[in-house]
Amino acid sequence: MGQTLYDKLWDSHVVHVEEDGTTLLYIDRHLIHEVTSPQAYEGLKLAGRKPWRIGSVVATADHNTPTQRWEEGMAGVQDRMAKLQIETLDANMKEFGAKVYFPFLDKRQGIVHVIGPEQGATLPGMTVVCGDSHTSTHGAFACLAHGIGTSEVEHVLATQCLVTRKMKNMRVTVDGPLGRGVTAKDVILAIIGRIGTAGGTGHAVEFAGSTIRGLSMEGRMTVCNMAIEAGARAGMVAVDDVTLEYVKGRPFAPKGPAWDQAVAYWRTLKSDPDAKFDREVRLDAREIKPHVTWGTSPEMVVSVDDTVPDPEKEKDAFRREGMERALRYMGLEPRTRITDIALDQIFIGSCTNSRIEDLRLAAAVVKGRRVASNIRRAMVVPGSGLVKAQAEREGLDRIFRDAGFQWREPGCSMCLGMNDDRLQAGERCASTSNRNFEGRQGEGSRTHLVSPAMAAAAAIAGHFVDVREWR
Amino acid sequence: MEKFTVLNGLVAPLDRANVDTDQIIPKEHLKSIKRTGFADALFAAWRHNPEFVLNQPRYRGATILLARRNFGCGSSREHAPWALMDYGFRCVIAPSFADIFFTNCFKNGLLPVGLSEAEVEALFHDAAAFPGFRLIVDLDAQTVSTADRAKTFRFEVDAFRKYCLLNGLDEIGLTLRHADLIREFEARRKAQHPWVF
Repeated sequence: MGQTLYDKLWDSHVVHVEEDGTTLLYIDRHLIHEVTSPQAYEGLKLAGRKPWRIGSVVATADHNTPTQRWEEGMAGVQDRMAKLQIETLDANMKEFGAKVYFPFLDKRQGIVHVIGPEQGATLPGMTVVCGDSHTSTHGAFACLAHGIGTSEVEHVLATQCLVTRKMKNMRVTVDGPLGRGVTAKDVILAIIGRIGTAGGTGHAVEFAGSTIRGLSMEGRMTVCNMAIEAGARAGMVAVDDVTLEYVKGRPFAPKGPAWDQAVAYWRTLKSDPDAKFDREVRLDAREIKPHVTWGTSPEMVVSVDDTVPDPEKEKDAFRREGMERALRYMGLEPRTRITDIALDQIFIGSCTNSRIEDLRLAAAVVKGRRVASNIRRAMVVPGSGLVKAQAEREGLDRIFRDAGFQWREPGCSMCLGMNDDRLQAGERCASTSNRNFEGRQGEGSRTHLVSPAMAAAAAIAGHFVDVREWR
Repeated sequence: MEKFTVLNGLVAPLDRANVDTDQIIPKEHLKSIKRTGFADALFAAWRHNPEFVLNQPRYRGATILLARRNFGCGSSREHAPWALMDYGFRCVIAPSFADIFFTNCFKNGLLPVGLSEAEVEALFHDAAAFPGFRLIVDLDAQTVSTADRAKTFRFEVDAFRKYCLLNGLDEIGLTLRHADLIREFEARRKAQHPWVF
């Protein structure tokens, strides 16, 4: 019987299997950031252990770094605890080492899931882990990539392996052309809306079909990034010309004969035609419209031309209660038209949507217009220093600034509000990030997840608009 | 890691589905470089509400958290099991758990027990109906029982995880017993896929 892409990636990294199926899986790439690593390094020190292979480690500070006042250097980091985490990462890198470390303020610093691919540190066929659930992003390169906890960070540092078990295989196939104004973000929100926030639990999900193949690497990363919001630790896409085109020439990508050798192998990283999946889901891209979340879980999502759902119509009492609680938290009435929802803030950024293509799409919507007067703040936070520099070369920063957007330094920023970029209680935000959980963007914050184009249009209009009608 | 054998504990019911790790411990409490000191951060946003389950005197001292489906979804932050442990919980019972949270629990001596929706529903009923409601969780026997043994439910756990938890074993130490296998694998991989290294 044929193998799935996940089967192939799994099999090529198995070091040892226990009787009950518990497996030692070899890890090729270990991404490190300042928030989930300090306790792991402390654990190593206490046990007198050394990292197994520092050449696997790529590190940066991204989660709690400020996105302004960089000219002041470390003095610009107002939060004492954040500063301690950044300094602790510096110290751990100095003591233990890494293949490459982009510290706070470095020109190549950025969100760990943006810089890995950007540097060619993420390569097809790798196992990639990071103490961050959005590590699934790297699956866009046909990697087995998933988030791990801090104990596992320590375990991988010490042994280069993960103690884990094989997941089940799931395939989500999306076929057909995407309509004007409909993007990768809408595709993944539609998938989550279909299968639910726990729909992929226990599974590795391969995204396939003509729609996925038609996406750029940026778009595929957006889709894989949010696999975890459907419960799947790992999402992935097979290798094709688009993958190879993106990887070629990146700083850590192989060159010369090694490139040709790698490509020959990478071309095999796809599911066999007769591979069996434990679960299959199909979507028709022609039916996917721009999506907007209305609640406090990414599965609480509707199309922009729809209305806020009415809990009265939900038959399952338990689900109804969840909907009612979400509507109370979000300050929304059932049956409100999505396009009637007014906003206070706009956030364009995060590991989901902060790459150059995302900024281009948003800038195209914003160009020559002004942010609406009811928007208290609209910000663009590029995913990395290199994305920022590229955007500035293309003049995108001017378009955003002229429209009244703030143009910030790179980092995770208001996706999770660990730095100073937060919503005030009760404020409503159109956000290109990945989680609309209660309090995610600040205590009492109200988050609506959308694509960059939808967020940009909402900034100009002051409320949600159907970007398909944007002229 | 702390051992887990048999736990006889007071049960606190948290009656909502899809509790994510941002709720278990909000991000403003993630800025520590230590593994402990998170007890006050547990469910921080909800604890402002005097009606919240952990603010009710009858659940004070609870060591078993009874929860609904998809508990622990979202962020991979291990601060979530750390906060639950620091507060005093040693076991979470739910119909289902998110994968990363589930794994993180085992690394810290916090036992996640998966029971059926119907069994969990019955326990929610009992926890509300009987003040001081306790459960006995026996990892070796893989059972959850009411104190009077009137109800006993069986749960599944992987043999390796069970062995580690029962004995409080250091997983890194266990893995390093296979150091030679890891080295051999690494040498093979380096020969076949040199660009990875």
